[in-house]
Amino acid sequence: MLKPESEADLAALVAGADAPLHVQGGGTRPIGGPTNGTPLTTSALTGIELYEPGALTLVARAGTPLAEIEKALAAEGQRLAFEPMDHRGLLGTTGEPTIGGVIAANVSGPRRIQAGAARDFLLGVRFVDGAGRVLRNGGRVMKNVTGYDLVKLMAGSYGTLGILTEVSLKVLPDTATVATLSIDGLDDGQAVKALSRALGSPFEVTGAAHWPHAAQGSGRTLIRIEGSEASVAYRAGELQAALAGFGEVAFSHDTAANRTLWQDVRDVAPFHAQPGDVWRLSVKPSDAPGIVAQLSGAQALYDWGGGLVWLRVPEGTAPDKIRQPVDAAGGHATLIRGNRSAGVFHPLPAPVAALQEGLRQKFDPRGLFNPGLMGQAA
Amino acid sequence: MEMPRPNPQVIARKADLIERLSRVLPADAIISDPAETRAYECDALTAYKCPPLAAILPASTQEVADALRICHDMGVPVVPRGSGTSLAGGALPTEDSVILGVARLNEVLETDYENRFIRVQTGRTNLSVTGAVEEDGFFYAPDPSSQLACAIAGNIAMNSGGAHCLKYGVTINNLMGVTMVLMDGTVTEIGGAHLDAAGYDLLGLICGSEGQLGVVTEATLRILHKPEGARPVLMGFDSNEVAGQCVSDIIKAGVLPVAIEFMDRLCIRACEAFAKAGYPDCEALLIVEVEGSDAEIDEQLETIMEIARRHNPVELRQSTSAEESAKIWLGRKSAFGAMGQINDYMCLDGTIPVSQLPYVLKRIGEMSGEFGLDVANVFHAGDGNMHPLILFDANKPGDLERCEALGAEILKLCVEVGGCLTGEHGVGIEKRDLMTDQYAPEDLSIQMAVKDVFDPKWLLNPAKVFPLASSEAHRIAAE
Repeated sequence: MLKPESEADLAALVAGADAPLHVQGGGTRPIGGPTNGTPLTTSALTGIELYEPGALTLVARAGTPLAEIEKALAAEGQRLAFEPMDHRGLLGTTGEPTIGGVIAANVSGPRRIQAGAARDFLLGVRFVDGAGRVLRNGGRVMKNVTGYDLVKLMAGSYGTLGILTEVSLKVLPDTATVATLSIDGLDDGQAVKALSRALGSPFEVTGAAHWPHAAQGSGRTLIRIEGSEASVAYRAGELQAALAGFGEVAFSHDTAANRTLWQDVRDVAPFHAQPGDVWRLSVKPSDAPGIVAQLSGAQALYDWGGGLVWLRVPEGTAPDKIRQPVDAAGGHATLIRGNRSAGVFHPLPAPVAALQEGLRQKFDPRGLFNPGLMGQAA
Repeated sequence: MEMPRPNPQVIARKADLIERLSRVLPADAIISDPAETRAYECDALTAYKCPPLAAILPASTQEVADALRICHDMGVPVVPRGSGTSLAGGALPTEDSVILGVARLNEVLETDYENRFIRVQTGRTNLSVTGAVEEDGFFYAPDPSSQLACAIAGNIAMNSGGAHCLKYGVTINNLMGVTMVLMDGTVTEIGGAHLDAAGYDLLGLICGSEGQLGVVTEATLRILHKPEGARPVLMGFDSNEVAGQCVSDIIKAGVLPVAIEFMDRLCIRACEAFAKAGYPDCEALLIVEVEGSDAEIDEQLETIMEIARRHNPVELRQSTSAEESAKIWLGRKSAFGAMGQINDYMCLDGTIPVSQLPYVLKRIGEMSGEFGLDVANVFHAGDGNMHPLILFDANKPGDLERCEALGAEILKLCVEVGGCLTGEHGVGIEKRDLMTDQYAPEDLSIQMAVKDVFDPKWLLNPAKVFPLASSEAHRIAAE
């Protein structure tokens, strides 16, 4: 395992490389097609370089453990609002998730529906390109349209365009109270309608999930609200009234228990230690129940008001079986756990695939970084 | 401002170009009479003017694709134009270019409250997107000051923000999908009604690319339910530094207002004369707005006003009615217009880390004295996006040049303290030659390599964003 100790060492290593590299952070998210490169980790590039709570900004080297960043933020009553998922439980991996890995995979949790994705909180990057150059884009300010936004391009590119060495992030205040409203017994279609009603209200819902088999085999629909105690109580009351037509709406304001519950939603806990392949679908929320209904033998968990569907299907289920209904409705499906040689990422329309391949050739002309991982030419 | 030498061969083939365009566009969508093309000679950066070879106004994605293909085949540069409100010269033509105006692409294509999005053609104005959904209680969040006039196409090109982006984000945070036509006429669909488009984040790349990568004809935008209520509070201070410290303390306290706006004395007086908003006459004014139910607003404002009191404000006053709130915002949103009534001015757009506000304001004051030009400050303090307005006299020889020199110094200061040249207006031609102050040559080179991928012939808005010396090799290679 190559483990450069500094950005300069990494740049020199890439400049002198003559064979592909398998770029990773903490290695806890083995997502993507098989890649044959020499393993290289950024986990030695660590440290929070700057944290200004009054400016809501934090700059850290890419290999900094996520836990270290979350601890520093918690000490100031702040947090990463995009709530990155921990993949270890679902994928059975061990190791230490890094902030660079979070960004490279654009990992967001339930609050994505309200606050935005990881890429929406990424203000700046430093990375090493395929020629071994150290490049910089964006900065550490909230608003920046100075030149092209390569910051977002790097987020979610899984190390195929460059190796991240430093990220600047926007952070937000944490909240005092976390409450959950829940409705039992809704079918998937009704559940998504209820979640849409809540998300289409002015009451700032920050989580909207549905677990079809949570309550003695019937569904449980979950809505999160966060804020001050008084504000949460008020909004809970308004939402209970707005959702009364869907059934009895239970209210929990046990903040500690709710933090755990939403961590389970974030980490897809009901699928941990369960057999089968796991797919992740991004679709229009109202399309989700219909897509799931077409997939016999699939178990689903809904997040993002229905727009994110986690599917557990029998091992070896053909990708086309999942992708066909997603294609018909619009959206994309990614294989998160299962046989990764069958194609992990959703095939792109030809013109978009051509742009993606064109970018890849500019950023990494020698095809060094994670060849094959995103389905691109090795 | 240096622009590339117009291509005489393109100009010589004007008649042929118009003839070919007329096969794919209705006659009234092609403007080629020199008297009429003058309407497109500049945008809101009026210091620079140049009539284009022609202007076209396609009304569908297909027409855009057909017209672009013709220009591509003939090697004609194309400058896309939204509503022409760019303050950075983003829509400034060259003599050999065709202006592609999106004004006729103004339909709402789909409104979906259940899934909380609206799909529009991009010539539609920002405010009219909200207008299409507000009766049902929804709104489109980005709110640039020019929202009455500016088009979604331009918002996407410049990744526009607005006063309320502290809470709701800028255009890219509210953009879910686009239909985009590449320079060679290829139509691409990226993203849609689902979150996080598949593959690389091309939406993130396109947004803010100043019309250099493609022409976005349709956009899927996130809409939100309007908050129950909103209320601004006015805070007056007797120094800029204290106001800057107050901003930082509010943010640190864990309450996140939807907007924190800042104005200095020059600006306060001009806006008050214009809008009669009841602004106090003081050195620095903050407008802080929070949202929610009445009780939620009371709770948040209590915390915020307590922080303000610790900084000895000369004025601390909540709005007491919807009318008063509207006036307070009218004053702020009219700032540029109000200043324009009393002076010529140049508006800057640098962004700085919020912690640097007091220092930067002090330095701007000193530089203003050194250059002998007044600078009024009005900006989005919550996110550090500054809009210093440099006052000058356009009729006085040398004043514009002095003003530009001061502007460049202020922007360099923004970069020096860890900020950037432009937060929401874009680079255009205005900040083009300062790009080397922010980015190293290789940082610019990788950005230009992106343009090579989307527009290999460098025909889309080619003279913008990158210093001509930096882009020369790419433009020559493209010929």
